[in-house]
Amino acid sequence: MSMIRFVKYSMTSFQNGKSPIAFVKKLHTGPYYKVSKDIKLDNLNNIGIHRIWKDYFVKKNFPLHPGTNIIDVAGGTGDIAFRMLQALERQNKNSNNSTDDAIGSRKNTTILISDINQAMLDVGKRRALTMNLQSDCLGWLCANAQELPLPENSFDLYTIAFGIRNVTDISKALDEAYRILRPGGRFMCLEFSHVENPLLKWAYDTYSFKVIPPLGEVVAGDWKSYQYLVESIRKFPTQDGFKNMIEEAGFRSVCYENLTFGVVSIHSGYKI
Amino acid sequence: MLTQSLITCHNRVILAVLHRQYTTTSRLSNILNHIREGDHINRKDEPLYDGHIPINIFQRAILAVGSSIMALTDPARGDMIAVNGESSGHFALMRMHKKMLESEEGQEILKDRPKINSSSVDLEKLKHYPDGTLGREYTKFLEVNNVSPDTRLPVRFVDDADLAYVMQRYRETHDLVHTLLGCPTNMLGEVAVKWVEALQTGLPMCIGGAVFGPVRLKPKNRSTYLNEYLPWAIRVGSNSTFLMNVYYERRWEQDITELRAELKIETPPVILKPQRPVADVSVEAETNGLKMPQPDSTPIAM
Repeated sequence: MSMIRFVKYSMTSFQNGKSPIAFVKKLHTGPYYKVSKDIKLDNLNNIGIHRIWKDYFVKKNFPLHPGTNIIDVAGGTGDIAFRMLQALERQNKNSNNSTDDAIGSRKNTTILISDINQAMLDVGKRRALTMNLQSDCLGWLCANAQELPLPENSFDLYTIAFGIRNVTDISKALDEAYRILRPGGRFMCLEFSHVENPLLKWAYDTYSFKVIPPLGEVVAGDWKSYQYLVESIRKFPTQDGFKNMIEEAGFRSVCYENLTFGVVSIHSGYKI
Repeated sequence: MLTQSLITCHNRVILAVLHRQYTTTSRLSNILNHIREGDHINRKDEPLYDGHIPINIFQRAILAVGSSIMALTDPARGDMIAVNGESSGHFALMRMHKKMLESEEGQEILKDRPKINSSSVDLEKLKHYPDGTLGREYTKFLEVNNVSPDTRLPVRFVDDADLAYVMQRYRETHDLVHTLLGCPTNMLGEVAVKWVEALQTGLPMCIGGAVFGPVRLKPKNRSTYLNEYLPWAIRVGSNSTFLMNVYYERRWEQDITELRAELKIETPPVILKPQRPVADVSVEAETNGLKMPQPDSTPIAM
């Protein structure tokens, strides 16, 4: 989308007198993350389809080599991480135990869940307990995706689902991802993207801008946050634009796959 | 009954349709460009007043239905009652506006557009007024029931600046109506006030609140409600003069019983207990040498 539209959106939707970056930071730690109501509302907005998207996204990463170090950024509530754990357990069940490493592929795999918002991480920890998952391989880290306090070349798989759009400087987050991945590591990103087909675009836009904010007002008491959410989705670069940004960060073999006609898109790149 | 605001809405829709029809040359490619450029979402209506969020009829339906359901199922959502009032109250607001225009005092309120909040009303000064005046009774009501005039949400979904002010005035004078009717802010009192407001204003939110509010009443209160409060509220709602036409800001020194007589409000069945001077109460209990705890200084609410 053009810069003019970005500026127009910034001016009409950001709060008066505050810089956009401060506003976004405030949203990350403030009322936008009224977690339980947001989860209720996500189901209403996406009609539950976000579960299918996440399941597909996790499936695309498998089969995983034993001893993979995974980092799931902006995944505080653990949606992706828990799905990964369940898929790992399925993979282990199907594998032949006698030929595998004695320690076992799942035990050596570690998943580090990172999020800028501690409240989201707390929700994730609670969910891990209630879901009775073997959570000894889960780690929790409260950090900014643009400045991860982690050594370079330390992870094999970097996933980020519906998080990179909330980062103020996307290229910095991509550079950080490149830094902490080992050579051969994979970058996987699931994010809302652009619908090309005009008829579907019209339906999707009308639903996003006309239906989601009033639903947000009714369920969560917050029209403005949901309007901001919908606008921020439109501000995100197109599939090819984002692909170029990933390539600029140094990743190679970058490709993307559209889901639901482009409503969301999975971008993948390798540090080779 | 088409009024000015409905006529303007109607005209705006006609102009928008004509504009689209007469400026397109090749229809299909223009429509596709229109969608690709995102015009259908960029072209937003201008807000008519501070805090206005223009909505179309479908959004209005979502808000009206959704807020009714949320208000009934989740009593903690006070904002849903406000949203319900705004989204469903267009015709009632027009009727209220007309009634205000028919009275002199109402016309002055609409001209001056006074607001009631802690910065526009000097509550400290009103506290020192003699007992029995509207100002003193109002501040007593605020203290005893632990409410403040600042907690009223701003109006957002009314698509007309004048009607938005009428809605805002209705919200801000709600506490004063409580004071005039002598009803506390518990369930019984609120339902009684809602009946009066429903009969006077005709707002669907008030009617809904009056009809569905008593569902949550405890059984012991139900008979008091049916035998005392309800008939009295209906009598007051039908017989008293239109309460939105009272310019409260000019009547702070007026005696409240005189004001009630002027507005034809019957004496309420239960009157707010006068706040007893708690500092004078001392309790000395001699129970095995143990001292009873002193009552704390929170005022007694009904």
